[in-house]
Amino acid sequence: MKYIDEFRDGALARNLAASIAAEADPRRSYNLMEFCGGHTHAISRYGVGDLLPPPVRMIHGPGCPVCVLPIGRVDLAIGLALEQRAIVCTYGDCLRVPASNNLSLLKAKARGGDVRMIYSPADALKIAQAHPDREVVFFAIGFETTTPPTALVIKEAAHLGLANFTVLCNHVLTPAAITNILESPEVRQLGTLPLDGFIGPAHVSTIIGSGPYEFFAEEYRKPVVIAGFEPLDVMQAILMLVRQINEGRAEVENEFTRAVTREGNLKAQALVSEVFELRRSFEWRGLGQVPYSALRIRSAFAAFDAERRFQLETRSVADNKACECGAILRGVKHPRDCKVFGTVCTPENPIGSCMVSSEGACAAHYTYGRFKDAAIVVTPALTAAG
Amino acid sequence: MCLAIPVRVVELRGESTAIVDLDGVRREISLALVDGVQVGDYVIVHVGYALSKLDADEAARTLALFAAAPRGQAA
Repeated sequence: MKYIDEFRDGALARNLAASIAAEADPRRSYNLMEFCGGHTHAISRYGVGDLLPPPVRMIHGPGCPVCVLPIGRVDLAIGLALEQRAIVCTYGDCLRVPASNNLSLLKAKARGGDVRMIYSPADALKIAQAHPDREVVFFAIGFETTTPPTALVIKEAAHLGLANFTVLCNHVLTPAAITNILESPEVRQLGTLPLDGFIGPAHVSTIIGSGPYEFFAEEYRKPVVIAGFEPLDVMQAILMLVRQINEGRAEVENEFTRAVTREGNLKAQALVSEVFELRRSFEWRGLGQVPYSALRIRSAFAAFDAERRFQLETRSVADNKACECGAILRGVKHPRDCKVFGTVCTPENPIGSCMVSSEGACAAHYTYGRFKDAAIVVTPALTAAG
Repeated sequence: MCLAIPVRVVELRGESTAIVDLDGVRREISLALVDGVQVGDYVIVHVGYALSKLDADEAARTLALFAAAPRGQAA
């Protein structure tokens, strides 16, 4: 497919790997965080890690909306399905996120809750129109990429005067999460998480542009390279980061120029700010309460806010004690450091959220990398006959 | 979650709707978030909405970067 296949070419990948190996200084290390789950997935799926020289180390970031969705918010959606008997519509990724009482939205569906998987928020609107006698709630999650479509359906619902449609909004913001990581004690004081640069989001940046990252380059002296989600995009971004670090630069560079500008999508930004406003604080799995890191629906659209209509209050619920998702989302631990990884916690039976979505660090490592860590044991053949 | 794919616009329908082609699969998408899309353009589609147009010249430039010789002049 055009604009996909060319960006996965093996020969070009080897060429980029040779450049990275030639230019990475073996006397120092390059600790690079890929913020997005989309990049985590590409790195695992295409074995990009194996093409990198020893000084270059990739750290998975918290840019996976399913992974950072706290239990308390999923509990709200389950409550709407089971107690309020509402039709709860959501993206497929959200269905298996573990919540309280050993439940998930999928298990709530098995218990008779009307939970429906949708591809587009426009589908939720159609369901609301088809069932005027039922409350229909769209459980909306996602970073800046996914927020403009939610804003559009809220406006459309207002236009249509739909009285039975609301949105439970969990939209979160990328720059706030990056700030939280840069301000975390592991990075600032303890030095346990060395960070030399960031690979910036692909599709989030189509909306917000490359401008918002300039603060991180200037204020924290961390280079940022925005990259597309294909493996060659990631490798080119790594090369650009290695060059910035070698030259002592900390700038925002854009590898994904085919879709990202400095300003971003102004039309989408205007729409989002018309419908949403900042929350003073929002809980993230792994990061805890992060100030001004999420959006809520403005009072002008209060009629479409599920939190207002059903007077919902979010409880903070602790993760499973054995689960290391929190530390993994902060970049402090790797999935292989988790005791339940691949044993109790698998994609079929996820204990933690990072094992749910394909772009979660644990799911990506489970699917594409878990056997790399296994020791190879050579057993002598018993007999020559077989 | 932020999965989005480049698809080719094959037909415009009304003000803000288009039919796109993805390797033979046709689908209706919304153009409400982008302006000035023409038939033949590639757009990046996420949950049924085009987020941005794909710039063919910039894509060619990026592909050329991948092919640059190691230790090249680009540094």
